Amino acid sequence: MTTSETAKIVEEASEYKYGFTTDIEQEFAPKGLNEDIVKFISKKKDEPQWLLDWRLNAFDMWKKREYDMPGWANLKYDNIDFQDIHYFAAPKSDEEKPKSLDEIDPELLRAYNKLGIPLKEQEFLAGIKNSHKVAVDAVFDSVSVATTFKDELNKLGIIFCSFSEAVQTHPELVKKYLGSVVPTNDNFFSNLNSAVFSDGSFVYIPPNVKCPMELSTYFRINAANTGQFERTLIIADRGSYVSYLEGCTAPMRDENQLHAAVVELVALEDAEIKYSTVQNWYPGDKNGNGGIYNFVTKRGTCLGDNSKISWTQVETGSAVTWKYPSVILKGNNSKGEFYSVALSNNMQQADTGTKMIHLGKNTSSRIVSKGISAGRGQQTYRGLVSVLPNAINARNFTQCDSLLIGNDCGAHTVPYINVRNELSDVAHEATTSKISEEQLYYCRQRGINEEDATALIVNGFCREVLKNLPMEFAVEAKKLLELSLEGAVG
Amino acid sequence: MLEIKNLSVSVKNKIIINNLNLEIEKGKKVAIMGPNGSGKSTLSNVIAGKHGYQINDGQIFFNGINILDLDPEERAAKGIYLAFQYPVEIPGIANSSFLRTALNSIRKYNGEKDLNTREFLEECKDLSKRLNLDTSFLSRDLNTGFSGGEKKKNEIFHMLMMKPKLCILDEIDSGLDIDALKVISDGVSKYSNENNSMLIITHYQRLLDYIKPDEVHIFNEGKIIKSGDYNLVKTLEEKGYQEFV
Repeated sequence: MTTSETAKIVEEASEYKYGFTTDIEQEFAPKGLNEDIVKFISKKKDEPQWLLDWRLNAFDMWKKREYDMPGWANLKYDNIDFQDIHYFAAPKSDEEKPKSLDEIDPELLRAYNKLGIPLKEQEFLAGIKNSHKVAVDAVFDSVSVATTFKDELNKLGIIFCSFSEAVQTHPELVKKYLGSVVPTNDNFFSNLNSAVFSDGSFVYIPPNVKCPMELSTYFRINAANTGQFERTLIIADRGSYVSYLEGCTAPMRDENQLHAAVVELVALEDAEIKYSTVQNWYPGDKNGNGGIYNFVTKRGTCLGDNSKISWTQVETGSAVTWKYPSVILKGNNSKGEFYSVALSNNMQQADTGTKMIHLGKNTSSRIVSKGISAGRGQQTYRGLVSVLPNAINARNFTQCDSLLIGNDCGAHTVPYINVRNELSDVAHEATTSKISEEQLYYCRQRGINEEDATALIVNGFCREVLKNLPMEFAVEAKKLLELSLEGAVG
Repeated sequence: MLEIKNLSVSVKNKIIINNLNLEIEKGKKVAIMGPNGSGKSTLSNVIAGKHGYQINDGQIFFNGINILDLDPEERAAKGIYLAFQYPVEIPGIANSSFLRTALNSIRKYNGEKDLNTREFLEECKDLSKRLNLDTSFLSRDLNTGFSGGEKKKNEIFHMLMMKPKLCILDEIDSGLDIDALKVISDGVSKYSNENNSMLIITHYQRLLDYIKPDEVHIFNEGKIIKSGDYNLVKTLEEKGYQEFV
């Protein structure tokens, strides 16, 4: 496709009279990435000039590194042709969508049933024709629940909306903080995301407000199809608190193989952000065909003194996971936490961990990583603890445990520790263990079959992390681990 | 209840149990005594269904069904319980939730509904009092960091909660002080009745003084070399295994 053809599409599309979310049939951009595509995306979202410029600048930087994808992670996958991807592809039209659950992969349905997902929601998750509206109603009981919810947040001055909406309604906040934690050219994928990001969440908590409920993308009605290049920005102002939940335990189908999200968190003085993720994208089949490539950049800055950022993640999906939720501990006495459970079964590969960058005095960080490998899965913990010269009295504790199930999987631990002052204390503990025959036999003698016993032992192994999840999320995460372990034994 | 016929078992081609015949009737307490390496623990594992043993010959019937083809969990569901000599630790799983999972698995297998959680916990508390166990014992991780005595008491605790038909006690008395031994043997004695059976495997007389078995068999080189009643225990204690070997 030539540039002029693209321009024509951009023109036609921008003249289209219906909005972005109401009628999606006509919304698309051709495959490939060039300046026009970036302009198209920005125009479709009716973005201000400064944001378009920001995207174009990102695109310029990315173009220079297009053929220079990082190769240091312990991951093997086919080359990604970035010119063979849709950067603004609407979801499938209703005509292309499956008409009922009968047309859906029975494996997927079995997973839904095992997770106890109601039928209407199953249809939504599986992308059945006309299922969206019904599902939203089913999830929320009625739209009014969500409205009440929004009212309550509004009263407190909390802003919780889609990123695109925030660009229109709160441009000053977006402008101030966008890219302030993850600079555009931070890495290959954040650079790509900065040029073409689709949508995501925006949260702002005003000073001294404790957000009274867990904020979940699930509750954001327009959250469907935030797309493969998600962009989320959360700002907790002085003395505020927020707990944010991302993701869904149900295995989501997605036509886009490449996902490259950027999430930025900013905690001002005395503020606290707790960010929990359950990631369960399609992992591919047993032989490693298909599956999502998930290259995510998540980072938070403890900008103010006494602030705290805590990441908790349960990663069971995707064929390839590349993800290091990190905290920059800039404020004095600030705290960073990273609790992670990552499971790789069959042919899944995960290279995940965290970075804790200690800049301020008396900063502390805690890392608890639980990696589980089964089947032929490969699991790598990669973490950096960096204590800079001014970070006097910094403390870090890292616990990094790997559990192996079977004989064909692998666990790898790559901790980087860089301490630049003598008044700090950094501790790293690591274990690798295997579910023993004796443990399984003991459980089975008590009547628990091998599969349930494995799930039980794995849940025990992960408890320290799972207990950090909000209650209902934790219950779902347990079920999810059981489901993801299927076929790992016997 | 349990009938072992012509059982021969080997591990890595070495014969451990050699043409064993043994019957345990309903309501009976049967003790097997024998020196180290005589095949006692192998016997309990073969009855419970542990993998890794070659069954060369013979059958094991439990209430008339040959159980040798059943998985360990199926045997457990039918009412076979093994109190382990070395109970394993499972970090991160509370003792009570493990037990509840076990009980519900068995109930599911037998087509029964899940336990009422509150009733279950009350029963747990009552029983732990009777066994002189602190209730924190219920919320501690399964066997993790338990002392030797606590682990053994926990095996009896599980047994009393699970109410099996056949209880195999594999050296439940090893490493116990006299108080713990008393608690355990009291628990076993109270549970024993005309509807269940006990297979008690031990080196020593002490436990049997409390439990008073109906039958005693002396085991050596994978077979029974002498059978008798409780009096055999005394003879053994006086004269040692050498007398019989």
